[in-house]
Amino acid sequence: MAKEDEILQSLTKQFSALEGKIRIQRSRRMWARVEPADFASVLDYMRNKLGFVILCTITGLDEGENLGVLYHLAREDGIMLNVEVYVPKANPVVQTVTPIFPGADMYEREIVDLLGIKVEGLAPGFRYPLTDDWPAGQYPLRKDWKLDPSPKTGQTEES
Amino acid sequence: MGNVFIPIGPQHPALKEPASFRILLEGEKIIEANVRLGYNHRGVEKACEERSFLQDMYLLERVCGICSHSHSTCFLQAVEEIAGLEVPPRAQYIRTLVAELERIHSHLLWLGVAGHEVGFDSLFMYTWRDREVVMDILALLTGNRVNYGINTIGGVRRDVTPDKYPVILKAIDTLEERTKYYIQIATEEMSFIKRLAGVGRLSKEDVESMCVVGPTGRASGVARDARRDDPYAAYGDLSFKVITDDHCDVYGRAVVRVLELMETYSMVRQLLKNMPEGPITVKAPRKIPAGEAVSRYEAPRGEDLHYVRANGTEKPERVKVRAPTLANVQAVKKMLENYYLADIPIVVAAIDPCFSCTDRTVAVSRLDRGSTELMDWEALRRYSIDWYARRGVRF
Repeated sequence: MAKEDEILQSLTKQFSALEGKIRIQRSRRMWARVEPADFASVLDYMRNKLGFVILCTITGLDEGENLGVLYHLAREDGIMLNVEVYVPKANPVVQTVTPIFPGADMYEREIVDLLGIKVEGLAPGFRYPLTDDWPAGQYPLRKDWKLDPSPKTGQTEES
Repeated sequence: MGNVFIPIGPQHPALKEPASFRILLEGEKIIEANVRLGYNHRGVEKACEERSFLQDMYLLERVCGICSHSHSTCFLQAVEEIAGLEVPPRAQYIRTLVAELERIHSHLLWLGVAGHEVGFDSLFMYTWRDREVVMDILALLTGNRVNYGINTIGGVRRDVTPDKYPVILKAIDTLEERTKYYIQIATEEMSFIKRLAGVGRLSKEDVESMCVVGPTGRASGVARDARRDDPYAAYGDLSFKVITDDHCDVYGRAVVRVLELMETYSMVRQLLKNMPEGPITVKAPRKIPAGEAVSRYEAPRGEDLHYVRANGTEKPERVKVRAPTLANVQAVKKMLENYYLADIPIVVAAIDPCFSCTDRTVAVSRLDRGSTELMDWEALRRYSIDWYARRGVRF
């Protein structure tokens, strides 16, 4: 896992705040926890200096007090570094990554719709994936969100 | 007069699946294209959190009707990594075998759809007839034409016994012969080439900046393939080429897929030749220890990615699915710009989109509660032949 170690060394050398925040899970799988304030510069360094040119997708997480955003970044040689950023649920704001990864548009809209994370700088466009008449403030992937099983319209089971 | 946007879809804009395109035209030329997805959203990720890992495997297999094995394998790889399960080599080979057979099924299906979209319906008839050859093999090995249900946590549920090898190899020979004919069509049939060449161009730079995946990216000269870059299952033992093409258009995407079929036939032969002996499954715990893992898998349409987080119970804390179409849909907007309105179906079809994967739907079929009779494959086949024979149709 020489390459993984090199990436770890390089990142901790460049960003002292990442000391102890990066772990190597196995060959080709790495994880890093980054503070929201440092995220933009870490991403830029990874993209332009370390060869993480592929953004596979973005995963949103509900961690109770915080909401998590996982950026799954990969290199051409298959090494993947999953960058975790946590923001408070009371004010969940992240910056868009679309200027660096234009393909991230849909991934960001998804965390907006399903977890209620605000993405600053995201260009206006259709929402994804919920319907246009979805009630405001309802975020289905939050843990406290439960599907209301009572039928509101149409036939009931008895009729 | 202001701009008028033409809505195309959501009913079947190209394939038999919903997506909505909002198109700004100048004459017949597309100036701007926007995509609205989500019509198939059914909340599968949320549903996964309320079911056990094993139930999730069956649910996720139904995310897509074509790359069903892709999704179940991709999910299980993540679960097995968290649980620290060592999947036996024979199970890895069987998973890879089904994966490659699924690729044949998917690519032949796509070729037929592409033929249909450009008014070349005899190609559609031929490829879909030939696709039945691989569907029969999948049914023979797994019991099902789609949603194979061969996987389980820690391995596979059914062995591929050596008496089936000659049947598979014979089918592969037939398919290889037919694919050579399709390669001839793709490279010599002028009406096909003229309709596809130069349509829906996507430059190598766009592929790289938008992180486009699968045959769509490889047709623009970007050699990315999870089977080689991040080897899983038995791919580390196989020798194969990552097919690329530099046409950067719909034609290139057709060429990449037919040539990939030839690589797949070679992989199936290698798998059967080197199939290791041994068990096909290891015992898996019901409760998966806390942890997280990301699994990548090269589905027929491109890289599939699953993220799983376990919390020590029998249900996952979070399951995230990213199907290849979601990674490619941004690029469709780019591919459509400056082309003609009439090119929309083939350009959209050329990424081989699967909106139900993207939106993570689940298809529910009604079971006939009255009938308890079980039919094996041969009986079902005989029944259908007789059914048609009674109505005067003979095969």
